[in-house]
Amino acid sequence: MLRPDLLLQPTPKGLYCPPGDFYLDPVRGAVDRAVISHGHSDHARGGHGAVLSHPHTLAIMAARYGQNFAKSTQALEYGEVIDINGVSVWLTPAGHILGSAQITVEYKGLRMTFTGDYKRRWDPTCAGFDPVDGTHVFISEATFGLPVFRHPPTEHEMGKLLRNIADFPERTHCIGAYSLGKAQRMIRHLRLAGYDAPIYIHGALEKLCAVYEEAGVPMGDLRPATTDDTSKAAREAFRGQVVIAPPGSFEGTWAQRFPDPLIGFASGWMSVRQRAKASGVELPLIISDHADWDELTGTVREVNPDELWVTYGREDALVRWAMLEGRRARPLRLVGYEEEAG
Amino acid sequence: MQAFADLLERLLLTPSRSGKLRLLTSYFSTAPDSDRGFALAALTGELDLKSIKPAAIRTLAEERMDPVLFNMSYDYVGDLADTVSLVWQGERRANRAPPLSEIVETLETATRAEAPRLVASWLDGLDATGRWALLKLIMGGLRIGVSARMAKVALAEFGNVDITEIEEIWHGLAIPYEPLFAWLEGHADRPSPDISAPFRPVMLAHPLIPKADRETPDAVDASLITPEAFAAEWKYDGVRIQASVEGTARRIYTRTGDDISHTFPDVLAGMSFQGTLDGELLIRAEDGTGVAPFNALQQRLNRKTVTKRQMETHPAFIRAYDILHDGTRDLRALPFRDRRNTLETFIADHGSAQLDLSPLVPVTGLSELDKFRMHPPAPEIEGLMLKRWDSAYVAGRPAGLWYKWKRDPFLVDAVLLYAQRGHGKRSGFYSDFTFGVWKGDVLTPVGKAYFGFTDEELKELDKFVRENTIERFGPVRSVTPEIVLEVAFEGLQRSARHKSGLAMRFPRINRIRWDKPAAEADRLETLEAMLPE
Repeated sequence: MLRPDLLLQPTPKGLYCPPGDFYLDPVRGAVDRAVISHGHSDHARGGHGAVLSHPHTLAIMAARYGQNFAKSTQALEYGEVIDINGVSVWLTPAGHILGSAQITVEYKGLRMTFTGDYKRRWDPTCAGFDPVDGTHVFISEATFGLPVFRHPPTEHEMGKLLRNIADFPERTHCIGAYSLGKAQRMIRHLRLAGYDAPIYIHGALEKLCAVYEEAGVPMGDLRPATTDDTSKAAREAFRGQVVIAPPGSFEGTWAQRFPDPLIGFASGWMSVRQRAKASGVELPLIISDHADWDELTGTVREVNPDELWVTYGREDALVRWAMLEGRRARPLRLVGYEEEAG
Repeated sequence: MQAFADLLERLLLTPSRSGKLRLLTSYFSTAPDSDRGFALAALTGELDLKSIKPAAIRTLAEERMDPVLFNMSYDYVGDLADTVSLVWQGERRANRAPPLSEIVETLETATRAEAPRLVASWLDGLDATGRWALLKLIMGGLRIGVSARMAKVALAEFGNVDITEIEEIWHGLAIPYEPLFAWLEGHADRPSPDISAPFRPVMLAHPLIPKADRETPDAVDASLITPEAFAAEWKYDGVRIQASVEGTARRIYTRTGDDISHTFPDVLAGMSFQGTLDGELLIRAEDGTGVAPFNALQQRLNRKTVTKRQMETHPAFIRAYDILHDGTRDLRALPFRDRRNTLETFIADHGSAQLDLSPLVPVTGLSELDKFRMHPPAPEIEGLMLKRWDSAYVAGRPAGLWYKWKRDPFLVDAVLLYAQRGHGKRSGFYSDFTFGVWKGDVLTPVGKAYFGFTDEELKELDKFVRENTIERFGPVRSVTPEIVLEVAFEGLQRSARHKSGLAMRFPRINRIRWDKPAAEADRLETLEAMLPE
């Protein structure tokens, strides 16, 4: 069989497929042909020549970068197989955010699957992760690849949020959530828990929430958190309400508009208590769009590839674990993927 | 245990005092009896659990997982309790979370060798937050920003009683405090303080505001301050205490009823009387007669044990202000004039190197007292106390009886250097300010203040910080040194821990000197001249 690094090889621009002449999630500069796993900005950059991706990801990129974010685009549904210079390519749900996909490439009998970002637990805003059978090389992310990351059940964390809203009706519940994926998931979880009051959102979320609505994920009554009305009554009206905004916005002057804000942050990073405390977060919600340690290791066991490649995050720990299990594993040390979505 | 763990976590992350009190009262009203009792003991520092060494905890974790992976995790998290709580994988068949009371009671009877096994089995049954709380509890030191005092304030709110009622009986109570909770919930009478030498709630003073300074409802007319109506004493800068002896029991309480006897065996030895005195705990100056500055006393506070050497270099004593009980009679209902007479005789009979009398200051009128207040005979005196001759000793802070009249604070013009983001109501605002004065031609930080300004001024400072940031260090920003802050503080001491060599007591921002250029801010020499000799 073909040597795996002849089919996919790490380069400074990202994972490159020589026989197909395309990149997976290129991180640096424009490339002629890119296959993109999901819409987060560190994976989906604008300005490439031809982009192949799931239709939802293309919609997200258009919302973020404008309609002309690439010279040409091609939509590929989950499970639909396409041939690029003799390389078969198909997408499988990754369960990370709306449109997120694992990318599988197959050539001369060698099958390799790149997970992009993924998680295993239920997310009401996107299709669930689907393991690819018969993959020879499994290329996994490892954002939370340390045994300290064990995300508690989502219901437990949502329970914390709902209890807080009930316990502190005089405070503004300001929840930091990444604007793509996490924010919409939080809104959806709140709705499913029966929270049908208006949810106030930061301007950065508006277009993306519209993309989700368009894709059939109902967001309920969303209202802008930023208004021109600076009266005391308008300010007071935020008491007891939920505001969702990108995490950084609560560090700026933007948060000053809300009375007695209670700052929360929905992220896998919140499991480290001192980290939450140091960043001034009063309500840490350990809700992540990435696989935690048990999901990462469980998925490798389930897919059971001949070889594990670890792309970014905590490669060392996951590779160490694989060695202890008697698995072949190597860190790729790809750079350029930031932690946009914890 | 899980409810207690959730409480601890929320207390850790809740910055505001009122928020913490709400969490505590809500816990007291929902937790079962013995659990909340042990929780209260843990929060007030009364719980003396068999401690388990960090190394033993680490061994437990490494028995369950690859030590290399454990090390990677520990490196990342940085705190042992946090790390173990996160990496621990429970055995699925042992998923029972034990109540706090069971943990405490079982540990009490366990041997040192058995303890780690027990802990492992409990870790199995708890979630990450529960494991974290358990490990904090048994490794000693919760450090969640709740003082014993705050826990008692929460109890008082929970039972809708005055905190002095709790302080008075606190030392007669035993863990897990069932009779206390029964009383606070209205099922039983207040437990009686059945210990020897109990704490008696302290009488406190209001600040004196002369009518000439400010026309407020509580301002005092100068004509009321006459030698017939008021006695005056120096207000010493020490720790207000109550010294009580009954039979062989000798105790020293703080004014909030904390028993600090064990820290001051030298003072206890000099308490050869029967009765209860109100006074100031002070340290004798090196000359053997004067009073040492407050930081000398700080060397002796909050210690579990005290060495002979500390007692020799920092000899503590009590300066008596008042007498509440003379060993046979409760004197609190008598007027201050009678109590003072009794006190003078009492100290003449029982005074020692560890116990003397607070002298009276002659009263002629308000303006003469003002001179005394502003120019006290020693730097360790922070002003005057004025007490009505006819005042009974009343717990709490009754109006119109006692006044404290402090000398004006020290003022210094300093330059704003760094600002840090605040929490809670001040989220989104830069509200903690570090300021400095000139040392040669550089500004050296001398203190940090986070109150004293109005909401309006806070907005202006916040705006200034954002527009004039030089560098960011996490939540801290350094700013262009342009704004002069007039900083008020109560005293100044030498300190090896601060870069400037000085430490301010109780600094706050008096006003913002928008008018003053930074070059005209004060110099370090100015501050050094304010140091007590």
